[in-house]
Amino acid sequence: MIDTIRGENLLSLDNLSRTAIIEVLDVAESFVEVNQRAIKKVPALKGRVVASLFFEESTRTRLSFETAAKRLSADVLSLAVASSSVKKGESLRDTIATIDALGIDAVVMRHQSSGASLQVSRYVPHVHVINAGDGLHQHPTQGLLDVFTVRQVLCERHGTTGTESGGELFDGLHVLIVGDVRHSRVARSDIAAYVALGAHVRVAAPGTLLPDDIENWPVSVADDFDDALEWADVVGLLRLQSERGSGSYVPSLGEFTVTYGLTLERARRLRPTTLIMHPGPMNRGVEIDSRVADLPSALITRQVANGVPIRMAVLYLTVAGSPKESTL
Amino acid sequence: MAHEIIERNHSLAEVSVIGLQRGGEPFATSLTTILSELYGAPVPMGLLDVSFYRDDLSLNPVPNSAMTHIDHDLTNRTVVLVDDVLFTGRTIRAALNALSDWGRPQSVQLAVMVDRGHRELPIRPDYVGKNLPSSQSEAIVATLEGVWIGTRVPS
Amino acid sequence: MSTFLLRHGLVVRADTTFVGDVLVENGVIADVQDTISAPSGAHEIDATDCWIGPGFVDLHTHLREPGREESETVMSGSLAAAVGGYCAIVAMPNTEPALDNVALVAYVLERGAQCPIDVAVAGAVTQGRRGEKLAPIAEMAALGVRLFTDDGTGVQDPSLMRRALMYAKPLGVRLAQHCEDELLAGGGTMNEGALSSRLGLVGRPALAEELMVLRDIELVRLTGGAVHFMHLSTARSISLVVAARAEGLAVTCEVAPHHFTLDEGACEHFDPLFKVHPPLRTPSDVAALRHALISGAVDAVATDHAPHAPELKDLPFDEAPAGMLGLEHAASLTYEALGAQTCAPTQFFNLLSRAPARIAQLRAGDSRLKLSAHGGALHVGDDANLVIFDPQQRWTVRRDEMLSRSTNTPYDGRAMFGRVRATLARGQLIVENGVLT
Repeated sequence: MIDTIRGENLLSLDNLSRTAIIEVLDVAESFVEVNQRAIKKVPALKGRVVASLFFEESTRTRLSFETAAKRLSADVLSLAVASSSVKKGESLRDTIATIDALGIDAVVMRHQSSGASLQVSRYVPHVHVINAGDGLHQHPTQGLLDVFTVRQVLCERHGTTGTESGGELFDGLHVLIVGDVRHSRVARSDIAAYVALGAHVRVAAPGTLLPDDIENWPVSVADDFDDALEWADVVGLLRLQSERGSGSYVPSLGEFTVTYGLTLERARRLRPTTLIMHPGPMNRGVEIDSRVADLPSALITRQVANGVPIRMAVLYLTVAGSPKESTL
Repeated sequence: MAHEIIERNHSLAEVSVIGLQRGGEPFATSLTTILSELYGAPVPMGLLDVSFYRDDLSLNPVPNSAMTHIDHDLTNRTVVLVDDVLFTGRTIRAALNALSDWGRPQSVQLAVMVDRGHRELPIRPDYVGKNLPSSQSEAIVATLEGVWIGTRVPS
Repeated sequence: MSTFLLRHGLVVRADTTFVGDVLVENGVIADVQDTISAPSGAHEIDATDCWIGPGFVDLHTHLREPGREESETVMSGSLAAAVGGYCAIVAMPNTEPALDNVALVAYVLERGAQCPIDVAVAGAVTQGRRGEKLAPIAEMAALGVRLFTDDGTGVQDPSLMRRALMYAKPLGVRLAQHCEDELLAGGGTMNEGALSSRLGLVGRPALAEELMVLRDIELVRLTGGAVHFMHLSTARSISLVVAARAEGLAVTCEVAPHHFTLDEGACEHFDPLFKVHPPLRTPSDVAALRHALISGAVDAVATDHAPHAPELKDLPFDEAPAGMLGLEHAASLTYEALGAQTCAPTQFFNLLSRAPARIAQLRAGDSRLKLSAHGGALHVGDDANLVIFDPQQRWTVRRDEMLSRSTNTPYDGRAMFGRVRATLARGQLIVENGVLT
């Protein structure tokens, strides 16, 4: 368990304490302000080199990270490995060594295999590795921006600032995570973050989409989805990860929507203060009704917007927080 | 100090007070209140956090950042930067860098409560509360209540 | 030089031990006494405070010839085996192409004949190991093959396994099974449980192994055949075999050193060195396996030595091939699991030599072609396949000092108890003072 990510890698939220998470959220507040200026740039990472290595394509997340790096004045090396000639079976060690030879301070990495960014961090211990999603395992910056968004909205409601409130708004908060928890790295990161901050987390999913050993996870399992929706202050929806095999875990998308989708009827029965979240991309009509996605209580666009300041905070703390000299 | 500022600038019409987070904030607020009273109209104030502009990030631990609040364009304004203690001058250099992201001030003046010497850059204050020669091993803290001088203890 | 005098060691017979000398001449044991005076020209080997026993026999070695010679060859594997105290190894048929016909079996046997230790071959049960049609088991048996397996995977179709048992029965050969139901386990990369759930790795449930063990026990009951269960990894699998044996069914089993030494926690940091099928299990399974070794519930230790070239283990955890090295460390790990100081030497050699020799039909009385006899009682006239094991020696594993062509050992840097000091295969001194001669 670490108390700060300063100078570290960010591979998982599993080992981050409440203090470490709040530090990221507080620093991200400053970067929200930076992103509102006419000149959205600070020289904090000037001369540093950040590589983005996406074995699994995700234009949105990659652009979010690259924007964050550029707004910190870092130089960005962008390698969309998924679209290059690199096939499955190429040694991770070789790929990272090639980039490292160019002299990098940090690598932002997304890979289809759980643990890939941790494995890479062993090959390049002098480089700060930021996990942008590894298989089913973790997506730390998504978890951070999700809790950041919740804190932001609750602060607006209560008239306080994020840094003043610290983590107290999460104490006892009712968070419901819905959908393909088994295959979701966002779920694992979200649960780690909410639990560390003191929220009560429930999960609701068809039996096949609950992970093994859920009894020993720090969450409770909802018996009834509709009751759980009434209980929830925050509803976090997950996408059915069909590319990770969830297709064979439910009989059909239609049945999933009927049993666990946030339909318009269900959304109407939510308490007026309940927040709706989704990490994107949404399957409109599957886990979330199209009209629900556009309700004011649905924070999806805010989540996306908060991606850049959170990622700036992560890059700033990990890279600038290093006691070592720049590699240049 | 407020009177010195008025004297030097003839008019407060173009003056903006910018306090440096965190040490300069109470002084900037206090100074702005006095200036506004003397001027008869509110003098605009802002707060500037320079954490992201420091040139020594790779050598020192990342400082705790505070918020920047500057709600008006500083172009053609006379900016009075306010800080508590002037030491090496690196914070002020960072502040000058940062200010350029908010427009192009007509001029920038520097007001500090305490100047303790040991400059490492060619930075000089325009308004000084107190000159306090010090040694490197001393720590100086300035607040609205007064100034504390202590000795750094190796940790 | 072909005369060797092993001095003053603990001679370990099937049920008895005594301190004495062993004289080897012209490939056989010439004398075993309390004291033997050295004939002229004899090379003396000091075995004081060491154990002298039959050379080890590995029921389960992956030699990557043909197809993956960069990972291991028949020769490099047999040298690694010799340093580990092995005088005979049974090569698994999951080569590329698979050993499912006489031409390829003969090829490997011929490569093995060049090696300083005996290399036997296990033939595939099904053509191409695809699990659809029987391979020419009788033809391969005529070449001396006594063990058949589709290892790497088990025979998934129960009706095909039944037919294989019926076909093998009159031939006097044994079927060996890698027990994992592919439908339950497929796609999994580590033991299914709390850790796999947290790490986001698809799990291989213990039930996938136990169900197939149960199935094959019942098929043995139905057909009257014999099955050897390979690398059993769970407590429940062992107890199923114990119960079946008590009912008089012809079942035997082996466990691999990694399953009684390491548990699933080793996978916590996604290091593919710890990826193996069946996977490393829970600490209580490990404890149960160690207990079973001491009690005799397990017949044999077999290494499942699985070399993979370094670049293959540099892949992400779920893409990397499964398997770890084992030949050079099995003896020490077995000694440690049996309690080190409290280890009974007879049980040590039962697990590593006598039982595997019996199961592989490599004993003096077994009919086969060309290979010498193993796992004997150290009687005068026996083929001289001997090992000297020093139980006092403490050492540390160094990956770069190993003989295998590959480096995927999970034990690098580990402190070890006991070490093979010398290996004599077919009466020749192959290893002395722990290194190849």
